[in-house]
Amino acid sequence: MTASQVNSFRTGPDERGHFGIYGGRFVAETLMPNILELEAAYAAAKADPAYQKEMDFHLAHFVGRPSPLYFAERLTERFGGAKIYFKREDLNHTGAHKVNNVTGQIMLALRMGKKRIIAETGAGMHGVATATLCAKFGLPCIVYMGAVDVERQQPNVLRMKMLGAEVRPVTSGSHTLKDAMNEALRDWVTNVSDTFYCIGTVAGPHPYPAMVRDFQCIIGNETREQMQAAEGRLPDSLVACIGGGSNAMGLFHPFLDDRSVEIYGVEAAGHGIPSGQHAASVAGGRPGVLHGNRTYLLMDADGQITEAHSISAGLDYPGIGPEHAWLNDMGRVKFLSATDDEAVAAFQLCSQLEGIIPALEPAHALARVFDLAPKLPKDHLMVVNMSGRGDKDLDSVAAFLESKKKK
Amino acid sequence: MSTRIEKRFAALKAEGRAALVTFTMSGDPDYATSLALAKALPKAGADLIELGMPFTDPMADGVAIQAAGLRALKGGQTLIKTLAMVRDFRKDNDDTPIVLMGYYNPIYIYGVDRFLVDAKAAGVDGLIVVDLPPEEDVELCLPALKAGLNFIRLATPTTDDKRLPAVLNNTSGFVYYVSIAGITGSAAPDATKVGAAVARIKRHTTLPVAVGFGVRNAESARAIAAGADGVVVGSALIDVLRANLDADDKAGPNLVKAVTDLVSDIAQGVRSAGKVAAK
Repeated sequence: MTASQVNSFRTGPDERGHFGIYGGRFVAETLMPNILELEAAYAAAKADPAYQKEMDFHLAHFVGRPSPLYFAERLTERFGGAKIYFKREDLNHTGAHKVNNVTGQIMLALRMGKKRIIAETGAGMHGVATATLCAKFGLPCIVYMGAVDVERQQPNVLRMKMLGAEVRPVTSGSHTLKDAMNEALRDWVTNVSDTFYCIGTVAGPHPYPAMVRDFQCIIGNETREQMQAAEGRLPDSLVACIGGGSNAMGLFHPFLDDRSVEIYGVEAAGHGIPSGQHAASVAGGRPGVLHGNRTYLLMDADGQITEAHSISAGLDYPGIGPEHAWLNDMGRVKFLSATDDEAVAAFQLCSQLEGIIPALEPAHALARVFDLAPKLPKDHLMVVNMSGRGDKDLDSVAAFLESKKKK
Repeated sequence: MSTRIEKRFAALKAEGRAALVTFTMSGDPDYATSLALAKALPKAGADLIELGMPFTDPMADGVAIQAAGLRALKGGQTLIKTLAMVRDFRKDNDDTPIVLMGYYNPIYIYGVDRFLVDAKAAGVDGLIVVDLPPEEDVELCLPALKAGLNFIRLATPTTDDKRLPAVLNNTSGFVYYVSIAGITGSAAPDATKVGAAVARIKRHTTLPVAVGFGVRNAESARAIAAGADGVVVGSALIDVLRANLDADDKAGPNLVKAVTDLVSDIAQGVRSAGKVAAK
């Protein structure tokens, strides 16, 4: 099937959790009853107006939504092309888009009577969001974090601990996000009856990719209304960074059937795709099965998962959400990539021109905006998802710049 | 058409005892050692052999088996070599059933159809693929059954009576009952509870039920064997293997003997459980 034959890009997944060939439920039998229970509980909650109403309340009063749609005037002037808007997810409580999803999942965990919350985290933003909601609702919280990430994201480790969460450094495999996810799955297999696994991105076994997407769609839904109010029409293009891809899916999904809207996902190219040291699963990977779903993955010829590399801990994952994999194959979303160098340059420029220190993750999206925008007409409306703030990355960026000086 | 697995369980049933199923990781710590160990296992008392197919991200395994897989990969093991190892094993053993156990991605990347042809030709009898629940049967289970291989499914304490029929449907050879909700190498299960769980599964199937997870020595093997058709031991063997590696993870001179000594000991435990299981 090609894009022109599809009536809607928004109907997936099917009842077995598939987006085309992607997605599915590739988990150990121990977890299957839980996954089916979660699927049923989420379907019931989704149909319950009281659940939605309570979530809206917390999103407004605790998270601080709606987040602004901000006209980035000086960057627009600098590039002299498309009119650049930022969707300010960095202004949410906890500093990133992650909290939208966590609010939904923790309220679902409460409805299901689960007594213990586990999560994996890469950059720490999902871990902080989970620790925050667990503190608010009085739930014990255990966050698995690769030992390498614990090292490079210390501020977030301290935040999680202050919020009362237990951070468990993961020293198996490559000590990063994929290993944290393995460890969280092992915990879940072991503590299956009382534990809710709060996954941070649009990946994992069905229903997670669809559920996390639904919680993040508030980003795109607000953008739609806000752009209508600001410019009286839809945006012409959307740009977001993609690790697992939850911020991107949240922005993209409400616009998938508006064919006039061009959509760009930006993966982390690390030291460059040809170097092999990157985290660009679409550009440098192929379809395989890991962490409960079929999707694009980085691997060797034997099907062994290879280590991703990115300066951004949040993008340092060898896979991508299955719905993104499908949207790539359908040609609805164009996948680009940005290197560590390009992301750091964008990080600096955005900080200095807009007074907004972006997280390293959306700095990857900005890097591509900087070469897309100048080629576009002045009436082209471009929305970039400013998915998180960069306070957590100052040490990493300073160290990176220092090491460049020495070379 | 009865497979090696079916024949072996039928023979042991006639003998009135449970089967000892051993798990070792193919290629751990290197091809030659791992093959020598596999070849020595039947003589030490292993009735069925499970060979792990190493994978970088074994989400249901504890530290011992995770490390074994990584050692094997570091030693250059691939799925191609695991199949070669089965062929080498079959050169002088045509009756011990071999079950390959692992995760789906390496098989998916090898190509399902090609893998089934090559596995069958190599002398593989059954497959256990941890991350393929019944919901994903079209991926590998149905093609494997069609190719004449047994597809052995895991049942767990969380698999309730409502779900058991779905799990048992399309399962063949035997049922692998994972005795605790947890990862491999976890604490010993309560033998009484295990017996009750096996009885519950047997109400739904005529297949033999082998029990794994938490079996570490002759005593725990005997307790489990008394209430099951088979006992699986894995992490305990791998712990002994690891204790016989040098600082660079190279095999020590006594490795095969040390592991097979424990297998002999556990086999005694299984055999001493006697005819209880047959009832």
